[in-house]
Amino acid sequence: MKRARSHPAWWAFIVHRVSGIALALFLPAHFLALGTALTGGARLDEFLRWTDRPLVKAAEWILVMLLAAHLAGGLRLLALEFLPWRDWQKSLAAAAAGFAIAAGLMFALAR
Amino acid sequence: MSARLEARLWWAQRATAVFLAFFVAVHLATIVYAVRGGLSAAQVLARTQGSVAWGLFYAVFVLAASLHAAIGLRTIAGEWLSWRGASANAAVGFVALALAALGLRAVAAVVLA
Amino acid sequence: MTNLRVRAWRGGADGRFQEFDVPRRESQTVLDVVTHIQRHIDPSLAYRFACRVGMCGSCAMTVNGKPRWTCRTHVDKVAKDGKLEVAPLANLPVIRDLVADMREFFDKWARARGQFTPTSTRTDEFARVEPSSPARREADAGIECIGCAVCYAACDVVSWNPEYLGPAALNRAWTLVNDARDGGNAQRLLAVAGDAGCHSCHTMMSCTELCPKQLSPARSIAGLKRATRSVAFGADGE
Repeated sequence: MKRARSHPAWWAFIVHRVSGIALALFLPAHFLALGTALTGGARLDEFLRWTDRPLVKAAEWILVMLLAAHLAGGLRLLALEFLPWRDWQKSLAAAAAGFAIAAGLMFALAR
Repeated sequence: MSARLEARLWWAQRATAVFLAFFVAVHLATIVYAVRGGLSAAQVLARTQGSVAWGLFYAVFVLAASLHAAIGLRTIAGEWLSWRGASANAAVGFVALALAALGLRAVAAVVLA
Repeated sequence: MTNLRVRAWRGGADGRFQEFDVPRRESQTVLDVVTHIQRHIDPSLAYRFACRVGMCGSCAMTVNGKPRWTCRTHVDKVAKDGKLEVAPLANLPVIRDLVADMREFFDKWARARGQFTPTSTRTDEFARVEPSSPARREADAGIECIGCAVCYAACDVVSWNPEYLGPAALNRAWTLVNDARDGGNAQRLLAVAGDAGCHSCHTMMSCTELCPKQLSPARSIAGLKRATRSVAFGADGE
C-alpha cells in the first residue's frame, strides 16, 4: 500500500472494508450459536453465560460498532452513487463516523 | 464473467444493501433494547418463538446478508488475494450458500417452537 | 546555504535509490532539483518534462510518496525536514530512473472508448449544444484532463486490479457519454462496465484529492455507475 493515504474518503473505505470482513467472519459463529436453540433453550443459555465475561463483552461492543460503522459507510456510498453529486462528501464521512460512535455508546450504556 | 454479469452483481449488492439498511437498523435497535438488564435464552425465545413476523424478518435478513457478504468477499478476494476466475466465483458461491443455510437454520431454531 | 538530501530512483524495477546533495534555493520546485542533479551532478539521470509551467503534465513523478507535477511542487511544501524522495509514477512499468512507461495508461483510455464517435458530416449543420444544459455541465466538469496519469498512479484499485481502466480513462468516457454529438455510447457503456470498469471504484477519492487540475474522476465514475444500468438490465449489455 502507498503512503499518500490520509484523506477522509480513504479512511471511510478502509473502515467499511475491514468492518465488512469482520462481520462476514462473525456471521457463521453468530448463526451457529443461535442454532443451538434447536435443542431447546438450555444450550443457548449456557453459551450466553459463557459470554458473560469482560473480554467477550468488549468484543461484542466492538462488533456492534463495526456493524453501525458498516451501515453508516454503506449509506454514504449509496448517497454518493445514486444521488446527484455534491462536494461535501467529507461531511458524509464524518456523519457516518458519528453515527457509529453513537450506536456504540447506546449499546454500552444499555448494559 | 461478462461485464453484464459483473454489473448485475454490483446492482445486487446495492439492492441488498438497501434492504439490509432497514434490517440492520431494526436489529441494532432490538439489540440495544434487549441487552438491558442482561440477556437470556428465555428472553430471546420469548420474543421470537412462534412469531411469523420475526421469522419472515430474519429469513429475508439472512438471505440478503448472505448474498451481500458473498459479493463483497468476491471483490476482496480479487483485490487483496489476487484470487479471480472460476475457482474464486465457486468459493464465493459456496460461502453464500453456507451462510444462507446456517442462517436459516438459526432462524428456525429461534422461531419454531 | 543549506543542502537538500535527495533520494532519486535509479534503474528499472529492480533499481535502487541514489542519494544526492542539492543546494537549496528560494522558490525551488522539485523539477528544479531534478534538473540540477542531471545538469550538475549526474547527467545520466533520466526524467521527463516539457512546459515546466504546469500545463502539460509531463513532469509527473512520485514525490515523497505522492504523485505530483514536479514543476508545480515547491520544495518548501514537501521537504519539511530537508529530505526529498523522487521516484517514477506508481502503477506503471519503469523505463529508467524517473521515467514511467505510459503505454498501458493510454491503452486503457482507448479500451474505455475514450474517443469521440462522430455522428455528422461536414455537410451537416453545426451541432447546437447548450453550454448550460445538465449534460454539457457534467462533460465540462471533467473535460480539462490532459492525461498526466497522477490519478492513475494514486489509485489503489489500479494497483490491486490489473484490468481496472482507471480514473482518467473512465473520466474521459463520462465526458463523452454526456456529449450530445457523440454516437458511440452503446459500445462505450459496455466498455466501462464490470470489474474492469466503473463498478470497481470504491470512491476512495485519491484521484480527486491529487488531480492537479482539480478534476473529480470519482464524480464521473459515480455518473457512469448510474449510466451503466442499461448494461446490467437493458439493451447495452449485449
